[in-house]
Amino acid sequence: MSKSFFIDATLCMGCRGCQVACKQWHDLPAEETQNLGTYQNPQDLSFDTYKLVRMREEVIDGKLKWLFFPEQCRHCVEAPCLETAGDPTAIFQDAATGAIIYTANTRNLNVDEIIESCPYNIPRKAEDGTLAKCDMCLDRVQNGLQPACVKTCPTGAMNFGDRNEMLAMAKDRLVAVKKNYSGAALLDADSVNVIYLIAFEPNLYHEFAVASNATLPITRQMALKRMFRPVTNRVSRLL
Amino acid sequence: MTNHWIDIKNSDCILIMGSNAAENHPVSFKYVTEAQKNGAKLISVDPRFTRTSSKADIYTSLRSGTDIAFLGGMMKYILDNNLYNQEYVAAYTNGPFLVAESFKFEDGLFSGYDKEKHKYDKSQWAFQTDGNGVPKMDRSLKDPRCVFQLLKKHFSRYNTKLVSDITGTPEADLLKVYKTYGASGEKGKAATIMYAMGWTQHTVGTQNIRTMAIIQLLLGNMGVAGGGVNALRGESNVQGSTDHCLLWHIWPGYLKTPRASNVSLAAYNEKWTPQSSDPLSANWWQNYPKYSVSLLKSFFGETATAENDFGYEWLPKVDDGKAYSWLDLFDEMYKGTIKGFFAWGQNPACSGSNAGKVRKALAKLDWMVNVNIFDNETGSFWEGPDMDPAAINTEVFMLPAAVSVEKEGSITNSGRWMQWRYQGPKPLGNSRPDGDIILELGNKLKEAYKDGGAFPEPIKNLKWDYFTDGQYDPHKVAKEINGYFVKDTEVKGKTFKKGTLVPSFAYLLADGSTSSANWLYCNSYTEKGNMAARRSQKDAPNNIGLYPEFSWCWPVNRRIIYNRASVDLKGQPWDEKDWVVKFAGDSANGKYVSKKWIGDVPDGGWYPQQNPDGSTRKDAKYAFIMRKHGHAQIFGPGRADGPFPEHYEPLECPIDKNMLNPQRVNPVAPVYGADTDAFATCDPRFPYVATTYRVSEHWQTGLMTRTQSYLMELQPQMFVEMSEALAKLKEIANGERVMVSSARGAVECTAIVTKRFTPFKIAGATIHQVGMPWNYGWRWPKTGKEDSANLLTPSTGDPNTRIPETKAFMVNVARI
Repeated sequence: MSKSFFIDATLCMGCRGCQVACKQWHDLPAEETQNLGTYQNPQDLSFDTYKLVRMREEVIDGKLKWLFFPEQCRHCVEAPCLETAGDPTAIFQDAATGAIIYTANTRNLNVDEIIESCPYNIPRKAEDGTLAKCDMCLDRVQNGLQPACVKTCPTGAMNFGDRNEMLAMAKDRLVAVKKNYSGAALLDADSVNVIYLIAFEPNLYHEFAVASNATLPITRQMALKRMFRPVTNRVSRLL
Repeated sequence: MTNHWIDIKNSDCILIMGSNAAENHPVSFKYVTEAQKNGAKLISVDPRFTRTSSKADIYTSLRSGTDIAFLGGMMKYILDNNLYNQEYVAAYTNGPFLVAESFKFEDGLFSGYDKEKHKYDKSQWAFQTDGNGVPKMDRSLKDPRCVFQLLKKHFSRYNTKLVSDITGTPEADLLKVYKTYGASGEKGKAATIMYAMGWTQHTVGTQNIRTMAIIQLLLGNMGVAGGGVNALRGESNVQGSTDHCLLWHIWPGYLKTPRASNVSLAAYNEKWTPQSSDPLSANWWQNYPKYSVSLLKSFFGETATAENDFGYEWLPKVDDGKAYSWLDLFDEMYKGTIKGFFAWGQNPACSGSNAGKVRKALAKLDWMVNVNIFDNETGSFWEGPDMDPAAINTEVFMLPAAVSVEKEGSITNSGRWMQWRYQGPKPLGNSRPDGDIILELGNKLKEAYKDGGAFPEPIKNLKWDYFTDGQYDPHKVAKEINGYFVKDTEVKGKTFKKGTLVPSFAYLLADGSTSSANWLYCNSYTEKGNMAARRSQKDAPNNIGLYPEFSWCWPVNRRIIYNRASVDLKGQPWDEKDWVVKFAGDSANGKYVSKKWIGDVPDGGWYPQQNPDGSTRKDAKYAFIMRKHGHAQIFGPGRADGPFPEHYEPLECPIDKNMLNPQRVNPVAPVYGADTDAFATCDPRFPYVATTYRVSEHWQTGLMTRTQSYLMELQPQMFVEMSEALAKLKEIANGERVMVSSARGAVECTAIVTKRFTPFKIAGATIHQVGMPWNYGWRWPKTGKEDSANLLTPSTGDPNTRIPETKAFMVNVARI
């Protein structure tokens, strides 16, 4: 049974506790930022920023909304970055949790290709080509702790646990939220281990909130993999 | 808070106004979220759409400084539509009290105004009383001189059209808020208010809260679960500092500072001890002398005796009619009358309103001691912008202090919960806990005065034995705060040996047998142990989140105060589902025959006022025991600026007259007259309303957060938020650097052009508003270009509290 995050963006108030907790746990350096006319900072994920609360002011049905989207790697059930890399010493999936993990060997890959393969535009590179992103706080999880972002969240927007529990929680919350917001949806729930619940159109939150918004070139390796994938794999993915 | 944090989850309707709880109290928001999950409605009213507003079911805006107009409209709506809880108002509030004919309200002034003295003669606002001084009452609430009818008359002027003209809130929004909130008047429903500095930091700050308290009383929301009037305190232990009265006008436990005219202890006690001859009024403050004498015994120990008035002579007195508040202090410092200054755990160069005046004032000192975890803009004021160090003679001493997690002791949170904390890491380097610094300072003073000096008694006689093994011992202080029997004593039929901790303030005495450094905290550290250190997760039988054995709260661990108003006159809860207390004594022949309350600690364990058969009991007490007349005050005759709230404009406002009455500004608000205290109202040089606030990412003036790279990554620079319309008018692009200026100073910052501010329509005119965080100062970031918003704010404040009016003033904004 893999682990999943359930992120209820309707409860997120944009405090960025998750953003800071992630940095602190991973001992990542702070970026030098400027106020560019928004509370959102930094402006994008980077080699040093794995978690970023995206903030957007949108007028929906005549009412102002301030939408918060605590972005992170989706830990895809079948990750295109992993398949494109084709090198488990660089990118592998942890069997117990389903976490997609990058190692230092990513610097030997064609990193631009890896980044392009991600429908959510997540991986970021260092100068030497090493890639970095959220690692599900695997070290914490393996020691019975919650990921740092989940532990810090004050409102219950961030949740983590066994996949079936998180899916059940997500479905319950969807029903509750739909009472007030008919357009509420879970994003790509079947294919990711980081399931978001949002109230409005995904593109209002972030360009890469859902996979279908991205147009991807399918690499040769991915195409070959898909052709030869046994049928049983496809079935087990839906459970 | 009258209630507490967890109780918020019990509410049916939460109004967050004068607060941005999601931003500044993010952990509290989980209780708001829980309430919403249970169907509660969240209403956010704020000049700006905030992180709190993003989670609200209803959001609307109002111009800063117009909260009384907004709430006055709600008051009228509740009264006109009979949404109030009549039974509650008649039984528990002073709604029925008859007011003397001398009370009038005309042309924006209450009777008794002395323009020369700039104050009111409050005797004009007295109640009509019988021969025993007990107010005459009409429980039917019909007499034209009863408070309830006078309230109706007073707020009859606050119609939605006028309110909308003043606040800029669309009428439809006003009605939506009023209707949603007013629905809580129904029995079994409760609504709560979460407020903070957005309400208090005005020349009408106290009356803002009064208006809401009156609304809560009308709706029967005081004393009930999910109700109350809930102040969100701004620091983790400011409630503690308020309770221990680190303010000039009060002694620990909210006793009064003695005035010069209180010439003896007896005169002092007589002046401040309220008297009531109503047998049904508990008038709890009648116990005042027990608390004041016990406090003196705590200060001076064995040297305080009945013969020397327990050392009353050794304490300083304030001059009658004179104020010594923050604003007054820095005004005197600016005038050069104050030569030495301890800046203890604060940063006035950035936190004080009219910060430019504060900085100049600091330059007039001979010496300053800066006790803080780091150096700051205050300790280093002499190298700040516009300072010439060569011309400054202030000698500054830095005493590095330990931060809270490096010390053992307690904090008291907004919900009055005193929580014991243990030491985490040890203090770094030479930094020391405040307790150690204060104790050593006291010892040095004792040494300096041991051979005499000017009036040595207060120093020599000060009880100062709070060391253990040469270190400050917080347990000793906590026990001292609780109090001891200083000799063998018998009280309430029990005997206590000398040195026993007093079990609760009901056992404190006025004859010098007991000591207690804060009667409110008596019961917190007893022979049963350190109550504040308890951590049981067991809830009380009523399951409303009281957790009576998790830490300790005052008074006597009563979690929801005024809870005797949560039941009817027979002691049965208005709300059967979320009940706070319930009378569960036996009854026989329609009368209660035994006394038993269950649930929270009852706000007085007397019998209910009525038996099950409806007959009245003589051994009962009215519900609001801390008030002289036992009733909650809709009419509040003790406030400096009136017994009813009234809308006045801020000192600096965008319109030249008050649309509600001819008095533009609060007639008794303090105004200062130095050259630095300039203010400008309805002045084309400063046409935009401004307010200040905080952000999640920074803490107060930013001393602990502007040095943290992770937090500076999130909020790196001082900014001003403005509407798209104003930005267009001034040709300001998002992210551009601009200058914000007021009559007192100017601050450079980054413009955030946002949809979250929209212009107001005030009586047909377009009025723009902007807002800034006050979390910055020139010391970090090192560019020195991100300075404090308080360089702009004015030198005026509330006449009751003298808290500065930093939430509504006038500025200009321009590209650099």
